[in-house]
Amino acid sequence: MEHIELDYPAKRKISKKAHTGVVGSGDLEVLLEPANGNSAHVSIRTSVEGFSKAWKAVLDRFFTTYDGAVRIQINDAGATPGNVQLRLAQAVEVSER
Amino acid sequence: MSDQRPGANFINRQSFIELDARERATALFDAGTSRELVGPFDRVESPWLEQQGVTPQEDDGCVVMKGKIAGQAAVVIALDGAFQGGSLGEVSGGKMAAALDLASADNVKGVLTSAVILLETGGVRLQEANLGEAAIAEIMASILVLRRHAPVICLTAGTVGCFGGMSLAAGLCSYLVMTREARLGMNGPEVIEQESGVDEFDSKDHALIWAIDGGEQRYATGLADALVDDDTPRIATVIRGLVLKGAPPVYRSSEVALYRSRIAALDTAQQWDPRGLRGLWATKSYSEENQ
Repeated sequence: MEHIELDYPAKRKISKKAHTGVVGSGDLEVLLEPANGNSAHVSIRTSVEGFSKAWKAVLDRFFTTYDGAVRIQINDAGATPGNVQLRLAQAVEVSER
Repeated sequence: MSDQRPGANFINRQSFIELDARERATALFDAGTSRELVGPFDRVESPWLEQQGVTPQEDDGCVVMKGKIAGQAAVVIALDGAFQGGSLGEVSGGKMAAALDLASADNVKGVLTSAVILLETGGVRLQEANLGEAAIAEIMASILVLRRHAPVICLTAGTVGCFGGMSLAAGLCSYLVMTREARLGMNGPEVIEQESGVDEFDSKDHALIWAIDGGEQRYATGLADALVDDDTPRIATVIRGLVLKGAPPVYRSSEVALYRSRIAALDTAQQWDPRGLRGLWATKSYSEENQ
């Protein structure tokens, strides 16, 4: 089990929580909720160890376009980077619906 | 006006199986009446999985929702087959038993409250062993209490199906609803093959597995009360009907003499096939539908 914590700057308040995905093989669960202040915090917990650089790259890219002040928790069961991006995009869509 | 193209019904249907546990539960309630209890943001997860290298899920694979079905109070408890095979651990099992007990308490207070349990499960979660066994025992006790007050309806839609200890829990319910895609059995095909050899049961032979464990066979031999297409509105209609029906005249789990006599009368000198069993055990409703 590996735990990864990442922080990003944020500009915008959000009002709604979002939950997407499932901790099944090759998939992940994303919990996105509003945070106070002007930063975003991401906590990742994954059963596949040794990919912290890949996680940082995926989240760095996600936060080039997303500016919500959020807490994101990711529970991962070996999702590919593409799958992670899709689940994050889905969470954003649900929270802004 | 119905669409007459071949397969139109199949294409136009709204699959229930393709929904996740939360969407399945929501779909069974009267629109806009449901709310989730102990949801993922409450973060009541398994304390045992992470120690064993398995990532926990924040709802522990068990979704509990309260709302109204056919205008009456109801709780729907849905297992998520995609997380650890829908297995019952300390938390997911505790959530299910507690929700059933709260429904019983509401009935005692005079608020008629039925329960629908959506089982997609292999049974006990191996990583939580005895805690899972204990949880299933509690769930069975809770079903026996609640069914005296209001219907407890089990729906197994597939494609995981319902195996292990939870198949016994399913058998205790007031009504058991299946789709053709669902399977119901005490021992899963792989367990039987592992214990008794491939000659006994070939777990790679899907046609064989569904012919024996599948919803159609279970319904045809009287072990399920309704066989419904994988279509969300149809499934919701069947569930509403059973909620309104109240308690069955006789519980399947009380028919001990009937099932003992069936086994006693079976000539084990010959190899029975699924079709032969339908001939012996077909229910009246199944025979009428398939004349």
